[in-house]
Amino acid sequence: MMNWRFYRHLQEVNMERYSKQTNLKEIGLTGQQKLKDAKVLVVGAGGLGCAVLPYLASGGIGTIGVIDGDKVEESNLPRQVLYSEEAVGNYKVKEAAARIHQSNSAVKIAVFDEFLTAKNALEIIADYDLIVDATDALPVRYLINDACVLKEKPFVYASVYKFEGQVSVFNYKGGPTYRCLFDDENQNVQNCEEAGVLGTTVGLIGMLQANEVMKIILGAGEVLSGKLLIYDMLNNSQHNFRFKKNENIKIDAEFFQRKHLSRFQQETGFREAVSEAKILLDVREAHEQPQLDLPNLVQLPLSKLAENAHRLNKDDEIRIFCQSGIRSLKALEILKNKGFSNLKSIKGGVNAFYKEIKNEEKEERVY
Amino acid sequence: MISIKYFGAVAEATKRPSENLELKSSSLEDVLKELHLKYNLKNIPVKLALNQEIINSTEGVQVKKNDELAVLPPFAGG
Repeated sequence: MMNWRFYRHLQEVNMERYSKQTNLKEIGLTGQQKLKDAKVLVVGAGGLGCAVLPYLASGGIGTIGVIDGDKVEESNLPRQVLYSEEAVGNYKVKEAAARIHQSNSAVKIAVFDEFLTAKNALEIIADYDLIVDATDALPVRYLINDACVLKEKPFVYASVYKFEGQVSVFNYKGGPTYRCLFDDENQNVQNCEEAGVLGTTVGLIGMLQANEVMKIILGAGEVLSGKLLIYDMLNNSQHNFRFKKNENIKIDAEFFQRKHLSRFQQETGFREAVSEAKILLDVREAHEQPQLDLPNLVQLPLSKLAENAHRLNKDDEIRIFCQSGIRSLKALEILKNKGFSNLKSIKGGVNAFYKEIKNEEKEERVY
Repeated sequence: MISIKYFGAVAEATKRPSENLELKSSSLEDVLKELHLKYNLKNIPVKLALNQEIINSTEGVQVKKNDELAVLPPFAGG
């Protein structure tokens, strides 16, 4: 049993520590207790994650989960400010956890050095009260969205395009979701690495995101639910747009299976594909770079795939790729409808393959 | 005349953050067609907001003088 005097001592330490924020009438001691009781999962430990995580931890959020399968790269350092030069090559989540533990050792930190996938999303999300979407790719955003709907968790969204950022809160008390805003998931949108980004932009947008997390937990102010905030750093302008729940969109277990789990089973990595497949099918248009020199390579652009499908053999194992892994999924559907069965789409396409090669070269240099 | 705001990749395609447009038709679909023709926005998925309210369909939507249109693409960076 806890010694009463020791308990009082703990309370006093905490009161002193958090006194600047508990002095706010919106927070107080009850608010601080709410922060301590809160469990927040941050998906992505990149630019947004690096802005969100330290403020959640220092502010006294009791339990923080962080999930990301990426390792620190040198080109991350200008915006992912939790990481040091020595951290290059290490898992981001481990570095991030060590840093936030230094700033608040009372925080319980759960670290997942993997990516959120259709397989693990529901189980991981179930353990948290609130999810922060700090990712940099659209497919995982739809995954977070749908998993949060199934598990009835609100999620705080932010995303950046060059000097602009979007922030919103989805699935808050049954409110609109990301699908009510952008319903078409088969889009190809540039992420930070492709489009370019400045650290201060992603930092400020991440801060707005962390601020919404605090507001939701504390019940303070007006939560950005049903509203999309767009901030433009170049002219400091801020725009708010309202949107409503689209009642035609039904997200249930069957929907999750169809949209995510079946796709998960349809996808494979480049390396596995190259080693196991009889045919590697490139569905990019002829002009797209880089051209790959691989054995068993067949080039049939998506735009002409349906009419050229007869050139492929239905008995072959076919692994399909494009630039980013979106068109290859469409190609898979086309071929499936034509009676092909042994098909997989290469996740992330040529972009992911090149990133992998680049990382390996770096590791060889280090060791 | 209506005002139009562009964001993200759309603002890059239009090479401006905003502009005023003389209304030739009060149909939002016609306005959108005009923008597609002028800037070739077809490859960018967008949502439209009319007077700060995001709309799911342009079908039958009318615009009037001084309305504010916004063209919003999804962002993916982080």
